[in-house]
Amino acid sequence: MVGLRLVKVSKRAGKRQILKNVSLEIPDKELFVIAGPPGAGRTTLLKIIAGLIAPDEGEVYIGDQMVNTVPPGDRDVGMVFETPPVYPNRTGFQNIAFPLEIRKINDSEIKEQVEEVAEFLQITHLLDRKPATYSGGELQRVALARALVRKPRILLLDEPLKNLDAKIRERTRVELKRLQREFGITMVFSTHDQLEATAVGDRIAVMNEGVIEQIGGPEVVYSSPRTLFVARFIGSPTMNVTECALKQMGDRWILDASGFNVDVTARAHEIESQAMGQELLLGVRPEDIVLLSSPENTGCFEAQVELTQNFGDERVVTIRVGEVSLNCLTGKDRVFAYDEKVYVKFKQEKARVFNRETGIAVARTAG
Amino acid sequence: MPKLVVKNLRKMFGTFEALKDVSFQVEEKETLCLLGPSGCGKTTILRIIAGLEVPTSGEVFLDGVLVNDLPPQRRQIGLVFQDYAIFPHLSVFENIAYGLRVRKMSEAELVKKVRETASLVDVESILDLPSKKLGLSEMQRVAVGRSLALDPKLLLLDEPLSNIDAKARERMRTELGKLQKEIGIATVYVTHDQLEAMTLADRIAVMRNGLIEQIGTASEIYDNARTLFVANFIGSPPMNLMDCEVVYDGNRVILKSGDLALDVTEFAETVRGKGEGEELVLGIRPEDLSLDVQKTNPSAIEAKVQLVEPIGARSIYHLRIGGLTVLAKGYAMPDVNVGSNLWATFNKDKVHLFDKKTEEAVV
Repeated sequence: MVGLRLVKVSKRAGKRQILKNVSLEIPDKELFVIAGPPGAGRTTLLKIIAGLIAPDEGEVYIGDQMVNTVPPGDRDVGMVFETPPVYPNRTGFQNIAFPLEIRKINDSEIKEQVEEVAEFLQITHLLDRKPATYSGGELQRVALARALVRKPRILLLDEPLKNLDAKIRERTRVELKRLQREFGITMVFSTHDQLEATAVGDRIAVMNEGVIEQIGGPEVVYSSPRTLFVARFIGSPTMNVTECALKQMGDRWILDASGFNVDVTARAHEIESQAMGQELLLGVRPEDIVLLSSPENTGCFEAQVELTQNFGDERVVTIRVGEVSLNCLTGKDRVFAYDEKVYVKFKQEKARVFNRETGIAVARTAG
Repeated sequence: MPKLVVKNLRKMFGTFEALKDVSFQVEEKETLCLLGPSGCGKTTILRIIAGLEVPTSGEVFLDGVLVNDLPPQRRQIGLVFQDYAIFPHLSVFENIAYGLRVRKMSEAELVKKVRETASLVDVESILDLPSKKLGLSEMQRVAVGRSLALDPKLLLLDEPLSNIDAKARERMRTELGKLQKEIGIATVYVTHDQLEAMTLADRIAVMRNGLIEQIGTASEIYDNARTLFVANFIGSPPMNLMDCEVVYDGNRVILKSGDLALDVTEFAETVRGKGEGEELVLGIRPEDLSLDVQKTNPSAIEAKVQLVEPIGARSIYHLRIGGLTVLAKGYAMPDVNVGSNLWATFNKDKVHLFDKKTEEAVV
């Protein structure tokens, strides 16, 4: 069953188009992530769903009902903000109970429901305390409890983890996913952090400047990005992108990227037919570049180590080939020295090609 | 001679002991990172070095000279704040020139110095731009440039990447790394982000409750965590830690944790001297568990998938193993979902052991 549907939603602020023709459909009980850089239009989109902002054009459906004219309080939507507003003079219990109180639910029922949700979120110790004594993570959970207690049909979370320490953020991310599964609610989660997006999302909408560039599961947006923006936004370290040209060499076809090239013979026809006469960009994920200590016969080129970054379980080595810097992901066991000479090989079939002008992926499927 | 020496630093705020006894040094051209959760005292150290805070006791030496009594402006230390504090109404040039004008440097000398500095931090082409038009990465470079123009002996960076969105942070982390290599100045860098520390620092001091728990290179800290806290703080996702006890079964040595039994006979040296039933904590990093859909390895343990977090080429698997929740990180396996059964093999030479009482590593 459809939980939420947006049809061609647009919004302007003065001359700026914040949302352009945004359409999406979220089934019940899905954890849907809206990912994008700051300014992509994520918060505006959530506020339109919640009813806090009216769209200039387009329709919002919750279930089968068009809710454009339904006030926020009657939409059955809960929203948790980046910095959750809580009442400083109320205890945790009073804060969480607030949405039930205004609905005139009787005291014993309120108590029961507040305690149930507090137990689930492991914040029973906060019920008697006031917000001034909470940590960032605790504050976030109290706000979450307040949104959950009235069991909304849809829960909107706007950057819920943004202001938390890296370590707590990691833990809370998992808790939120568990919570969503166990409560079986439809959740729309906004984030600027691509790792968070793929880690929690059943599906992800990648937004850029008010437009949804792609919607898909985590492996789809990672492995088959539809546009250059999605390719570079999803994945860390970022996909390497460099200018290239399709050229024929004997019976082989290569993408020539000044200083190195990639054999695309198997895909040459496809690339040619889709991007005839167009300028192309070559995209290679850091884990699809292999660093060798001695040269191999074919498809291998020389490079210089520019920078290495130790991630603990793996290393990012930045190499320079002519004018181009490339990030490569390698295991933790081999150490590279600054300026060291290395030999580089691409996993050719993993290379992506984009139309430079439109940014649209060419010959998306590998090999 | 070390560039900076910090000796037995203590700081009380009322009755709260923010720093207990902190000592470390920073060598010429070295970047030392102070890493820890909020409230661990890392920013207090930075402020004491800069002269913005007076220590309750302890000493700070710069180039071998005690600077405790020197006011901030006479310490020759460049401080870059979290929000960069760029003057928006001034051009990039005037931002970099700011400190030089305060020092009443002659105009000709000033122009020369600003240009030199601008070339170092790669902002030559935007010197005339008004600062409010700058992107984040440019602002960062201008802020570093403004500090460098004054020829500081030491650069202090206070969480320079913390208010930035994830994607830009990644890019700026790399740029800051390159910039550091080029300018080669002794730096103290404060952050709560372990990845930032791992990638930018020559050495990391991991802090907790006003004390340094361990100081060392990224590899030392990651591969040989000295305490439980460090093991848990470094790494994303963190190291799996499970209570266990030593059981001697004939000539086999076994670590038992709930229903999980790990034969470590081949590494018995490590646990030798530990009495039967002694309480230990077993640690294993998520990437040191290998996963398989079939039992190909005889020592593999059955695991049920509770949650999958896809993160690009890798996934984080939350597994239920012998009554415990264990995290594994490995290549994404497309057919593995919640409820799938897998076989997990502990990479035994990557197992860490800690004493449960002292929380220290058993070496």
